Amino acid sequence: MIGIIDYKAGNLTSVARALHYLGEPCEVTDDPELLDSFDRIIFPGVGAAGEAMINLRSRELDRRLRKWVAVGKPTLGICLGTQVIFERSEENDTTCLGIVPGSVQRFPGNLKDRDGRFLKIPHMGWNRVDFPRVHPVFAGLPTDAEFYFVHSYYPAPADERWVIGWSDYGLRFCAAIAHENLVAVQFHPEKSGGPGLQILANFCRWEGNDAQ
Amino acid sequence: MLSKRIIPCLDVRDGKLTKGIKFKGNIDIGDPVEAAREYYEQGADEIVFYDITASSDARNIMLDVVRRVAETIFIPFSVGGGIRSVEDMRAVILAGAEKISIHSEAVKIPALIEAGAKAFGNQCVVLGMDVKKVAIRPEIPSGYEIVIHGGRIYTGRDALQWAQEGESRGAGEICLNSIDADGTQGGYEIELTQLVSSQVKIPVIASGGAGKAEHLRDVLTEGRADAALIASIVHYRTHTIQDLKTYLHGNGVKVRMQW
Repeated sequence: MIGIIDYKAGNLTSVARALHYLGEPCEVTDDPELLDSFDRIIFPGVGAAGEAMINLRSRELDRRLRKWVAVGKPTLGICLGTQVIFERSEENDTTCLGIVPGSVQRFPGNLKDRDGRFLKIPHMGWNRVDFPRVHPVFAGLPTDAEFYFVHSYYPAPADERWVIGWSDYGLRFCAAIAHENLVAVQFHPEKSGGPGLQILANFCRWEGNDAQ
Repeated sequence: MLSKRIIPCLDVRDGKLTKGIKFKGNIDIGDPVEAAREYYEQGADEIVFYDITASSDARNIMLDVVRRVAETIFIPFSVGGGIRSVEDMRAVILAGAEKISIHSEAVKIPALIEAGAKAFGNQCVVLGMDVKKVAIRPEIPSGYEIVIHGGRIYTGRDALQWAQEGESRGAGEICLNSIDADGTQGGYEIELTQLVSSQVKIPVIASGGAGKAEHLRDVLTEGRADAALIASIVHYRTHTIQDLKTYLHGNGVKVRMQW
């Protein structure tokens, strides 16, 4: 059974619908006591980092999540869920979970495209992600696969070896990380058509371990 | 860099498409969920539903459509039409839509934009604008006026100023529909699209007038639109979305080619 962690950060039913479509049993929960009953968890979310951390702490989900990842069960972060895994976010200058060393930064307001026009923020829409190394969760994707993003902040891991997917929006930024039994993506696989469903299906079969 | 988005628009009344859409084997499809599935499979980047159900009693029918669409396609979609309150927005978002669009409702109650952005985030709120070209006069300096009720009522609001006001009130995106071009299949209103797109920082979806692949190319390059809304050009099977994207890709417009 896959647990989808609910910490009142947006509507999580889209992730559950995608898993139903794939025939994968899942349960959306905000109960920290239930965590140990799952084989793997998905940690999604949209919204602001500050409020997300307040909600996680008030449910003691912060402590449970750190423990869950430390034990080494497969974990997938999505969007805001990916951002709060880091130590800090520039959004409301928030102290986050600290599971992954690094910070979350805002796209600078002066980024320009090739024609010299200012890029719009949030970065919203479909963008390519390059996966420079092989990993079971990102296997079987078409070369030019694009994914759906909606965000103004991006993760910057302290160690670039954790980055498994790079994207480009006026600057090169980390769109996916992988370390041991944790994978986390800035885009929305549940809204990224076939390639996104492929990632979710891969995660549901992944027993953990990095394919380095 | 971001791809330009191609977005089919489906008009729904009482849970059915207002006009049957011709699909494979010329079968008329009246079910919006099946139409959404077809366009999802053809490579649509997003889908817009516009609910023109007159009676507010029938709103639950649309919510049921939204729920079924959300179980069927795995790309973003928005719902507009008859959304008059934050509660209306919440119902649609909980049913599975990513975004809601507000049109004449926003003209009547501009604070609805702020309220939606505060409750669900700017990215959820699309400001829909119906625009007509008019003579320049003091209150309409751009020569484009906002109209409502399908173009029957002139509001005295300047289109460019309304777009900027919508952005400052928290809209995350603008869907810019030219009433003059709508239904003509003679091409988008490039001048209007370029004017608005260059003066706001939020994405602009161009709407009204698509009849040929070249029209999409023009509005996405010269018109500086971030996305192109399409209707008849695909509903009548003149083109598939895949055809349009192949043309755009071959003509230097960055579009998503794998789905």
